[in-house]
Amino acid sequence: MKALLICEYREGKLLDSTYELLAFAGELGAGCAMVLIGSEAQAPKFNGKVYLADAAKYGEYNPDLHKKLVLEAVAKENPDYIIFSHSSYGWDLAPRVAAALKTGQISEVVAVVDGKSEVTCCNAKMRRAVAAKTARTVLTVQAGAFSLAGEPQGSPQLEELELADSASRVEFLGYEAAEKRDVDLSRAEVIVSAGRGIGKKDNVPVIAALAKALGGELGASRPVVDAGWVDHSHQVGSTGQTVRPKLYVACGISGAIQHMAGMKKADFIVAINKDKDAPIGEIADVLVVADVMLFVPALTAMCAG
Amino acid sequence: MKILVCIKQVPDMESRFKTNGEGTWYNEADLAFRMNEYDEYAVEQAVQLKEQLGNEPEVTILSIGPDRVVEAIRKALAMGGDRGVHIRDDKCYQKDPWQIAATIASFAKEEQFDLIFTGMQSQDRGSAQVGVTVAEQLGLACATTLVGFAYDNGAITVKRELEGGSKGVVRLKLPAVVTCQLGLNIPRYPTLPNIMKAKRKELQTVPVAELLKEAELTVTDKMYPPAKKGGGLVLEGAVGDLVDRLMGILKGQTAVFR
Repeated sequence: MKALLICEYREGKLLDSTYELLAFAGELGAGCAMVLIGSEAQAPKFNGKVYLADAAKYGEYNPDLHKKLVLEAVAKENPDYIIFSHSSYGWDLAPRVAAALKTGQISEVVAVVDGKSEVTCCNAKMRRAVAAKTARTVLTVQAGAFSLAGEPQGSPQLEELELADSASRVEFLGYEAAEKRDVDLSRAEVIVSAGRGIGKKDNVPVIAALAKALGGELGASRPVVDAGWVDHSHQVGSTGQTVRPKLYVACGISGAIQHMAGMKKADFIVAINKDKDAPIGEIADVLVVADVMLFVPALTAMCAG
Repeated sequence: MKILVCIKQVPDMESRFKTNGEGTWYNEADLAFRMNEYDEYAVEQAVQLKEQLGNEPEVTILSIGPDRVVEAIRKALAMGGDRGVHIRDDKCYQKDPWQIAATIASFAKEEQFDLIFTGMQSQDRGSAQVGVTVAEQLGLACATTLVGFAYDNGAITVKRELEGGSKGVVRLKLPAVVTCQLGLNIPRYPTLPNIMKAKRKELQTVPVAELLKEAELTVTDKMYPPAKKGGGLVLEGAVGDLVDRLMGILKGQTAVFR
C-alpha cells in the first residue's frame, strides 16, 4: 500500500508533525512519499520521494492552491492513503482534497487497532473504528498520537510540483503572534487550574486561593478564558501554554484533548470533578469525585492550617 | 444578503455514553440534547453581521435530525435567526460527513447564500469535515477555525486560530463558507421576549430524502467506550474525608508541603 504524506510548513520551518505522519503510515504498513509546500532547505529527513512546491510562490496558507498541488502529487503517485496532521492546516485542507477525489475521509485517528483506524468521539469518552468505502482514503492524524521509534534520518529525492494556474480566492495576509503573556506558567512548580465546572466567574478567586495556599500559579482551561472569567495569559492547552509542573490540580476541567496536550506531562496530576467519567481521569494520578466549589475551599483551609 | 447557519444538536458532553443496539453510535435514550457548542459561535456571528448591516440580511437556521432538533433551531431563532429549516431525518446518525454536507449543499444550492456559517466540528462525532465539504460541493471559498471575523463591502477578513495561539489572517470574497472556533465571540443568551418571538418565526420542514442523493463514503465499523487505562486513584465520599485523603497523598507523593 502507498501513502502520500502532506507535510506542514509554518513561518519558514517544516513542522515535526511530519514524522508523526511517517510513524502512522508505518503502522498502516504503507510505503511513503511526501508533499511539502515549503522550501528545499527544510526538506524532511526521509529516504523517499518528496514532491516539493515553493511556499514563496504558493503561500504557507492557501487552501485553493495547496489543494491543487496535492492533487498534482496524487495524480503522479496514485496513493492508497493521503495523510494529513489533524491540525489547523490539515483539517482545513484534507476535506478539500477528499471532496475533489470523492474519497472517504477519516478524521483525527488516534490508533490503528486490528488494522482499522480508530478515532475518538464525545470528548474522547467513546472510540469509533471507521473505514472508507472508497478505494482511496484520506486520513488526518491526531497530534502526538503516533511517533517514530528513533530519530528521523535520510535524504529525500526531490521532485518539483508546479501549477499552471495560480488563481486563488483566498488571500493570506500574514500571521498575528500570540499575545504576550504576563504570566509564565512554564516555570511554575504548582499550577491550580479553573475549568468550566467552577460554575461562574465569581468562583475564580476560590481556585486562585488554592493556588496561593499551595505556593503555585492559577491556570485555566479554554472555555473559562473564552467566557472572560480568566485572562488568556493563564490558559493551559494547545492554544495556550504547555506546562510541566510538579503538581497540576485541575478543578472542574473535563479534559478536552487540547487541554490535556498542554499539561499531561506534569509530574503529579490531581483532578477534581463531579463527573467520574471525565476524560481527565485517564491521565490523573488522583481523581477526586466531588463538587469543586465544596471541595476546593475545604482543601484550601486544610493547607493553610 | 442571505446568510445560512448550519447547526447540530448534540448530547451534553458530561453524559455517560453507551453504545446503541446497532453497535455503531451512542444510545440516545436518556440523554439531554443541546446546540453543538461550536455552532453557538456560528449563530452569534451571523446575527452580529446581520445587526452590523442594519438587519437587512436574512439569517436562515438549518439543522438535520429528528424532531428534537427543532428546539435547537428555535434557540438559534431566539438569538436572532429569521427563519428555520428542519431537515427531518430520524436516522441522521447513520449519515456520514459527505452525506450531511450533500444534504446541506442540496438545500443551499437553490437559495444562493452569500455566507454560510458552521461550527468547525461537532462535539459528538468531531470529524471537522462538513463545513469545508459543503464549500467544496457548492464551489465556494472557505476558511476554517475562525477566532476573528470582519465584514467589509463584499469581502471578509478572518483570523484563523493556529497551534500555539498565534493567528493566520486571511481575506476572502463572498460568497463563502466559514467554520467557527470557540471564542470567536460571546454568544448571547436569548431574552424571554426573543424566545417568544422565535415561536412565531417561519419553520420549514423538509424530509431528508428530498435532498440527500449521495451514498456514504465511509462507514463506522463499531463504536465503543474504551477501556480505562488511567490507572489513577478515584476518590469518592464525603468532602471532609476526601480532603484528608488527598492531603495524605500529596504529602506522601509530592514535595508540595515540604
